Amino acid sequence: MTSTTQQPVAGSARRAAAWLDHHARVRLGLLLAGPVGWLVVAYLGSLVVLFVNSLWTRDAFTGLVIRELTPDNFLDMVSNPLYRNVTLRTVGMAIVVTLTCAVIAFPIAYYMARVASPRVRGLLTVAVLMPLWASYLVKAYTWRLILSNDGVLNWLLAPLGLRGPGLGESVVGLWLVFTYLWLPYMILPLYAGLERIPASLLEASSDLGGKGWTTFRRVIFPLVVPALVAGSIFTFSLTLGDYIAPSLITTTQFIGNLIYLNFGVPDLPFAAALSLVPLVIVVLYLLVARRLGAFEAL
Amino acid sequence: MDRTARILLRLATALVLLFIYVPLGLVILYAFNSSGTSAWPPAGFTTQWVEDAILNTGLRQAFLTSIAAALGASSIALVLGTLAAFAVARHHFFGRETISFVVIFPIALPGIVTGMALSTTFATTGLPLGLFAIMVGHATFCIVLVYNNVIARLRRTARSLEEASADLGADTWQTFRHVTFPTIRTALIAGFLLAFALSFDEVIVTLFTAGGLKTLPIWIFESFRLARQVSLVNVAGMVAILLSVIPVLIASRLTSGAGGVTGARG
Repeated sequence: MTSTTQQPVAGSARRAAAWLDHHARVRLGLLLAGPVGWLVVAYLGSLVVLFVNSLWTRDAFTGLVIRELTPDNFLDMVSNPLYRNVTLRTVGMAIVVTLTCAVIAFPIAYYMARVASPRVRGLLTVAVLMPLWASYLVKAYTWRLILSNDGVLNWLLAPLGLRGPGLGESVVGLWLVFTYLWLPYMILPLYAGLERIPASLLEASSDLGGKGWTTFRRVIFPLVVPALVAGSIFTFSLTLGDYIAPSLITTTQFIGNLIYLNFGVPDLPFAAALSLVPLVIVVLYLLVARRLGAFEAL
Repeated sequence: MDRTARILLRLATALVLLFIYVPLGLVILYAFNSSGTSAWPPAGFTTQWVEDAILNTGLRQAFLTSIAAALGASSIALVLGTLAAFAVARHHFFGRETISFVVIFPIALPGIVTGMALSTTFATTGLPLGLFAIMVGHATFCIVLVYNNVIARLRRTARSLEEASADLGADTWQTFRHVTFPTIRTALIAGFLLAFALSFDEVIVTLFTAGGLKTLPIWIFESFRLARQVSLVNVAGMVAILLSVIPVLIASRLTSGAGGVTGARG
């Protein structure tokens, strides 16, 4: 842009800026119009549309959506044991994955926060952060290579006379994959939580005769509960809504698979009704997490 | 802490890092594996698959679609996230706390819920799915990344700088151009890069909004079932990893490893 065309632009921008400077409410309105319009009207609005859709039905013959409110989808879901079983299986998986992540994350988070030198700490933070961002799909997909019949895991286990869980009906492989995928989400908040504990508290505990285990149980653990819960929001919520990893790793179905399946039929009303299940569970989880102080530890 | 405990912790840390990095390394290794199957150990080294991937029109098209979607989504997120950050950091108004919550909401909910909500809305209103729908979906959960970075920077910057500028006779526009903008510039770039990285490899929401259009992750997702494509998928996977990790590394440099990067994603 040349200076001759820039001048008038800067001039009018300057006049507008000066005018806005004296009209704070207008300025605020202009700042908020875009983001609020987008997030509240478009996003929350689309959640309302989702809810309304879940009360519609699909005509089995024509495949068209009948726009009349009825609880049929929800009655179907409750009466069919398939949906109950799949929901329980999904929640169970989310809980087990969350616990596994917490157990694995603790030693490395503790090492980063309380043992490592500042330089090593910085390097480790980047080392944990980077894979968190590396393509989710590719991370899930490599486990297909690892778990496949002629893959690395079976090659490693063969000398011991063992075999991996494979890519069949077993959900053990998926448990490994979810743990792998969400582990960094648990390590980082836990590390931040452990770092915030003042060293003087640990010294006080050992001065008062607290052995390593007692200090952990009575001092460290209660103080990092908010951080643990903050990490668990990610591990729990991400497991609950995932349909990609299950479809790559196992033939067993999870709630996400059923939603995606009905989306493809397409039976949008039923898929909408099903997707309210993870929505409600996560909202309940978030409410509990907030009570435990997790939002301050995020 | 005694010696044994230190050694055990160091060992555990090393094991976790191995657990995290070995699978990522495998993708890169497989991209150059001459056998072109998932069989371990690799048969030999080849750059054949990289050449094939570059020549594959479907893959190239998917790559370009992903770049377009990510650029569009992160641009929208950049504008909306910055506006929201300025509103919350510089103004007091009714519902201010709610804004921070509403910004996080799309990323705290499982992606499948966001995907279904957008998809049913597009279907119900008759709007077509495709590139625009993908951008709308991605922008929605990318806003928080820009917002977090910009608001953190605005809170750390003393308002006295802007007041000093005004006292020295600068008008609002000059203050913005010469004081406010330079202080938030790296936060804007970092937010944009994070949004780009998140959008580029997103697949859960994308599958619900793409309506048949193929982004790079969708191409990978659909191709891994085809035995002949395994080698190409590995190359595509390597590209996806690099294009999501490099922007994040730059962003974390720009914000000197500040919290904004960890904050939220899913």
